[in-house]
Amino acid sequence: MSLPLGACATSPQLDIRQERGQREVFCGLTGIVWLHRKIQDAFFLVVGSRTCAHLIQSAAGVMIFAEPRFATAIIDERDLAGLADLDDELDGVVTRLIARRPDIKLLFLVGSCPSEVIKLDLSRAAQRLSQRMRPAVRVLSYSGSGIETTFTQGEDACLAALVPQSPLQLATQEPSLLIVGALADVVEDQFRRLLSVMGIKHIDFLPARHAADMPAIGPQTKFLLAQPFLTDTARALEARGAQHLPALFPLGEEGTTAWLWAAAQAFGIPRATFDAVTASSRERAKQSLSLHREQLAGKRIFFFPDSQLEVPLARFLSRELGMELTEVGTPYLHRRHLADELAHLPQDVTLVEGQDVDAQLDRCRAQKPDLSVCGLGLANPLEAEGLATKWSIELVFTPVQGYEQTGDLAELFARPLRRRELLEV
Amino acid sequence: MQLTLWTYEGPPHIGAMRVCSAMDKVHYVLHAPQGDTYADLLFTMIERRDTRPPVTYTTFQARDLGSDTAELFKNAAKQACERFKPDALVVGASCTAELIQDDPGGLAHALGLDIPVIPLELPAYQRKENWGASETFYQITRALAKPVEKRAHPRPLCNILGPTSLGFRHRDDLIEIRNLLNQIGVDVNVVAPLSATPADIARLGEADFNVVMYREVAGQAASWLQRAFGQKSTRTIPIGVGATRAFIQEVGELAGLDVSHILAGSKGRMPWYSRSVDSTYLTGKRVFIFGDATHAVAIADVAAKELGFKIVGLGTYSREFAREIRASAETYGVEPLISDDYLDVEAAIAESGAELVLGTQMERHIAKRLRVPCAVISAPVHVQDFPARYSPQMGFEGANVLFDTLVHPLMMGLEEHLLGMFRGDHEFRDGAAPSHLGGGDAPVQTPEPIVTVDQTASLAWSLDAEKELRKIPFFVRSKARRNTERFATERGLARIDVETLYDAKAHFGR
Repeated sequence: MSLPLGACATSPQLDIRQERGQREVFCGLTGIVWLHRKIQDAFFLVVGSRTCAHLIQSAAGVMIFAEPRFATAIIDERDLAGLADLDDELDGVVTRLIARRPDIKLLFLVGSCPSEVIKLDLSRAAQRLSQRMRPAVRVLSYSGSGIETTFTQGEDACLAALVPQSPLQLATQEPSLLIVGALADVVEDQFRRLLSVMGIKHIDFLPARHAADMPAIGPQTKFLLAQPFLTDTARALEARGAQHLPALFPLGEEGTTAWLWAAAQAFGIPRATFDAVTASSRERAKQSLSLHREQLAGKRIFFFPDSQLEVPLARFLSRELGMELTEVGTPYLHRRHLADELAHLPQDVTLVEGQDVDAQLDRCRAQKPDLSVCGLGLANPLEAEGLATKWSIELVFTPVQGYEQTGDLAELFARPLRRRELLEV
Repeated sequence: MQLTLWTYEGPPHIGAMRVCSAMDKVHYVLHAPQGDTYADLLFTMIERRDTRPPVTYTTFQARDLGSDTAELFKNAAKQACERFKPDALVVGASCTAELIQDDPGGLAHALGLDIPVIPLELPAYQRKENWGASETFYQITRALAKPVEKRAHPRPLCNILGPTSLGFRHRDDLIEIRNLLNQIGVDVNVVAPLSATPADIARLGEADFNVVMYREVAGQAASWLQRAFGQKSTRTIPIGVGATRAFIQEVGELAGLDVSHILAGSKGRMPWYSRSVDSTYLTGKRVFIFGDATHAVAIADVAAKELGFKIVGLGTYSREFAREIRASAETYGVEPLISDDYLDVEAAIAESGAELVLGTQMERHIAKRLRVPCAVISAPVHVQDFPARYSPQMGFEGANVLFDTLVHPLMMGLEEHLLGMFRGDHEFRDGAAPSHLGGGDAPVQTPEPIVTVDQTASLAWSLDAEKELRKIPFFVRSKARRNTERFATERGLARIDVETLYDAKAHFGR
């Protein structure tokens, strides 16, 4: 089934095919793996099944952290049979948890498929627990369930839950720039430096590194999305009166420049100042790409849907490294947030939203791309069939945004190809 | 509701996947929400499987719940059969699908497929992975194994039951068992689940008896085979030299063969390595063992009887096999630990004063934190538990491997002596890891305070005694402290000095 692209006025010729069938993607619980490191005094308690606990522990790369800031409250048959009062049970688990980790300031109750299906009201539980434990611990809730979220949408749901809890920004306060989406600390620091030097005084990040530092949000807030998957968060910010600054996403030299320039324009920074501040970084970013262009130019790449980063990555790889796009699959495509990105894609690209994994594997095999970007469940089987792959999860777990990471991002795609050339076994 | 940081076992459908993925020409259609496909990566990444597991997930989403998830299941099952052409279809539900009660078995039967359909009922809110594997293998066996006429065969014939995908060293144990059986003079009829087809399962009855490698997976199926076809099963798990010899004996009896020539033959290098004088330092090493029941019990015997370690803790996360662990723990005079709560296990290890932990990937983390060496002897597994080299646990070669696995994490004998003698040496500082394991990079610990002020304690340590206590290696220090305090309390001493410390040491012999 092909649907015309309605919302994207800038490139009406692009077709986005929608596909339904078996999806080979993580659920939103996976976001906990990076969010619990990002917010340093937050704890994520999944209310779910053993499957949820098993997923996070498997996706977390076999337990890097001996004492993680996440856990699962596993629902058992007593809970389902109504023999145990779910509120009491949950209170008991939370009490035990907080006693063990008194350093926790922010607790997320994270909904799962089973908790959604049995209609467990976690937002009410969060309110109740918050009242009981304040001011020491604030309790929020969101859903990371697979029936509602795929992979990175869990971060969206988490950040969207933070927005209504953020301090209200007064109308008399100075305008502020808010950068939305979890970024590596090093990337945040680079963006803050560049934007401050340009002359933007008040810069905040969502999420902040500590629960108490969540930024004030209001009509004086202008926000940049650092990630393409923040649909609900953007809606919540707009409901607070904040203004979205549409732009390319900060991947590659071109994307980073467009993204920073959107902020600069909104804060009245002259182009000359912007150019002066970014010139050396841009030059470095371009130079870092030249190391990988030879390896990547003209190579054909195929994207399986995974993190929703697919469209910006495809734009970067095609425009800055000369890669040829075959199929770009993405689990969900936000027409408005990705409008600029779509306008920058070659017109003959095949865009697929959703997934039918077996049909897609057939198309991938028929295309014989030089590189396939896919999840960990598909990577080794494709490699064994002779197709080079790039694990997509690494693109989420590695600092790839901004000028100084542009070369690293290109290298992630070049490495599997270089490795193939190296190996003689 | 149970608070869980880490889980030893996955949900039961993961056990079903381990069985179905091990087999050929079987496909598993799992009614499950989007996201449950994460399970594929266990196989493709941890085990480095080079094909996708033979599993189709319905991956329903919220919008499907409002319409017809049953139809979704039927389509998925039909398409899976058309695409993968299996000889048998296994169908079931994961935890979420169990709640929506679509009855995958009934729906699959309604499709009128021309292959056997095996429905699984795996209660996800009560049971876990190993139970799921056992139940799946049992249901497949029950559904497919048919009464067959025993054909004349020149040698006795057995089935090997138990090895699955993602099993701890199953791949290599199987090779070792096949070799042993061949030496004994027994032929193998069918190996299952690993590499078996539905047609192979159908002819399980042709064998004279069954070799059960892992009770967790095959115990239930083997009992049914005994009832259905009168096949007896082996009970010995051939891990360690003694157990391997007992296994050979047992197979000989079941097959009616004389095995004395094999028992008179080589036992591998392990016995000599263990008797070699440089192994003397292994004597009485305090070891804590935790894993699935098969491995925990077997490794406890190896540790105690073949390496001369002292068992200071023994436990399992498999409640189904608590009885076996209790019996074994009693032999070694320790309290059995039956728990799947990671925090309980951590506390028990810390309490035990173990010098070596033999556990799972979870205990590796605990041991790292407690700065105690550790070797992995059981599932749950990790990519490192699928080594490229041949590395069985079973048989005589398995015993050789175990000697290396259990001894290498330890400080070598002479190094340990020198550490004990010159504790002030800054490079031999407290808690340093064995030098051959790159212990030089270990971070310097903050020294614990010399005098601990405990208001509740009636016992006072003199400064000298505290200093002396610090000369005792850190991993046994808390034990020494407790022993000394117990000694002093029993004798009504209010103050502990250096003399008391050494009196207590003499009293407890360590």
